[in-house]
Amino acid sequence: MTGLAIDVRGLVKRFGDKTAVDGVDLQMPHGEVWGFLGPNGSGKTTTIRMICGLLQATEGEGECLGYDIARDTDQIKLSTGYMTQKFSFWGDLTIRENIDFVARLYQMPKRRQKVDETLENLGLTHRQHQLAGALSGGWKQRLALAAVTMHAPKLLLLDEPTAGVDPQARRDFWDEIHHFASQGMTVLVSTHYMDEAERCDRIVYLANGKILTQGLVSDIITASGLFTFRGEGDGVRRLAEELKGRKGVDYAAYFGAALHISGHDRDLIQSVIGNERSADVHWEEVRPSLEDAFIALMARAGADQRVHA
Amino acid sequence: MMVGAGTSARIGAIFVKELVQMRRDRITFAMMFAIPVMQLVLFGFAINTDPKDLPTAIHVEEQTPIVRTLLQALETSGYYDLVLETPDPRESARLLARGDVAFVISIPAGFTERLIRGERPQLLIEADASDPAASSNAIARADAIFNRALRHDLKGSLSPLAATPAPFELVIHPRYNPEAITQYNIVPGLLGVILTMTLVMITGMAMTREAERGTIENLLAMPAKPIEVMIGKITPYAGVGAIQTTVVLLAAHFLFNVPFAGSLWLLLLGVGIFVLANLALGFTFSTIAKSQMQAMQLTFFFFLPSLLLSGFMFPFRGMPGWAQMIGEGLPLTHFLRIVRGVMLKGASFGDVQDALVAMSIFTAIAVGIAMLRYKRTLD
Repeated sequence: MTGLAIDVRGLVKRFGDKTAVDGVDLQMPHGEVWGFLGPNGSGKTTTIRMICGLLQATEGEGECLGYDIARDTDQIKLSTGYMTQKFSFWGDLTIRENIDFVARLYQMPKRRQKVDETLENLGLTHRQHQLAGALSGGWKQRLALAAVTMHAPKLLLLDEPTAGVDPQARRDFWDEIHHFASQGMTVLVSTHYMDEAERCDRIVYLANGKILTQGLVSDIITASGLFTFRGEGDGVRRLAEELKGRKGVDYAAYFGAALHISGHDRDLIQSVIGNERSADVHWEEVRPSLEDAFIALMARAGADQRVHA
Repeated sequence: MMVGAGTSARIGAIFVKELVQMRRDRITFAMMFAIPVMQLVLFGFAINTDPKDLPTAIHVEEQTPIVRTLLQALETSGYYDLVLETPDPRESARLLARGDVAFVISIPAGFTERLIRGERPQLLIEADASDPAASSNAIARADAIFNRALRHDLKGSLSPLAATPAPFELVIHPRYNPEAITQYNIVPGLLGVILTMTLVMITGMAMTREAERGTIENLLAMPAKPIEVMIGKITPYAGVGAIQTTVVLLAAHFLFNVPFAGSLWLLLLGVGIFVLANLALGFTFSTIAKSQMQAMQLTFFFFLPSLLLSGFMFPFRGMPGWAQMIGEGLPLTHFLRIVRGVMLKGASFGDVQDALVAMSIFTAIAVGIAMLRYKRTLD
């Protein structure tokens, strides 16, 4: 086994004439939690599916847990846990039957005991005979996580596991992810939530099937080359429409009552603000948020796409 | 609620949406045209309730002008196709049991002499009457065919013989189903029809369900090999097939008093292979269909010719050659030969061997296609 949990080079996936993934290199060490970000359709799910053997790469090669992703899919499936974006356990089986099915497929020793324990840890022992389809969104996600981690995989691939789940359930979910990571599990999780991205050791940002940037949260904010100013006060409400489109303003958005404007040229932004300086708006420079950075990255990727198209 | 201009606009919106969705489901769209065309062709050209050219064996112990006249009349009637001549009268039973011929016609030695002497010699027709519909017309016309033929030859001094009653006695042995009870033929056949309909459809749907609900992604992400998935998925339905077989066989015996002349074990062997063939086909359909609805439509597309071209509803031998060729490719055709052969005719292993082999080949091909088409990935 190499020192890396995931080591893929030049992964390309085409569906007909559409290129979903376009040359992805990913080197992920053991034991870390990485966030996989990017707009819808950027190729996150396709990349994850190629890593765990659910899709054959059109081009490129690589290893997952040291196993060749094209040839050794059986071994990869045995030692990874993959949680699909859409709940894909059996709604017409009970919670217990679902767990038991997974335990049987992985030929777990002391199966009954293992199933009991899993249900106990999930807190679903008293509901074990209900149909899984009747569970709420948050519980379905927890059931799925429990089911895909039962066989103690070395690598956990989670595809937007918390989409549509309430904040408390999301927080609990992330506590569990970090719990698994503390036991040495490697976790790659795709998400659209910025707070979740900030809980990751590293972030990989994908756009149009390519990795646009990767690194620590702070690295990505720096890499975005963005400067952000925050305006507060009564006069700020009508300002966004006016400031959008001004030279130097890439992006203007409200965060509650405050207006954030961002751009790549600090002096230009300041001159725009200077012109708008009025008594009832107070401006200060703030650290760009990860979201600011991403929207800037996305806008740039979009512009590149248009240039190349 | 008011019915106004708004109503027609809304109906129009729904109409257009429905039209677009209908067109987008390719298999459904194709079926809407393919099924009527298929029905037109099958009902219009393939089905014939007055079967002609039925294979007939003759056992003739003398060659005289009169015998030749009789045989020629049989041929020209269009009902009998004299395919072989058997020197051994004991052979006829076997020919009929195997289904090689539908009739054996025997003309004994001395027939002509006794006919001329006015002794009304016997002329024997042994018929495979297991399917009354297939044999009855030919049998009913036999007397008239012979009489008309002899009318030409019996002239001059022989003319008194041409008067009624006929100068010979036509003896008919309708074998296997002498009372021409339709149920004897239908009920065993129904076993095949029931197995085809349910097994192809439910296996087709069982696998498609995983794709339709998205659970296939989960199944593929876990360590299960295609052959394991296939066997695991199919086995419960094989159990369903076993229960259906038991019910139909019990009903055949107690409710319809269908005779059981042959070996139960031989029949069960046939049922086993037939069940496998249908399950494998259902699995193959599930690798083609994208929804359970489509799996059902594919099943229907297969079921319709099975029903019409297998010899279940209409006599197999009444169909034109091309239809028989299609029929030979359907497992139900071969299963009907086995189930009717074993139950009604007491057919032996050797008699149904060809049908068993044909079903096995079909099964092997269906399994092969299913394995090739079953994808281990989501590609």
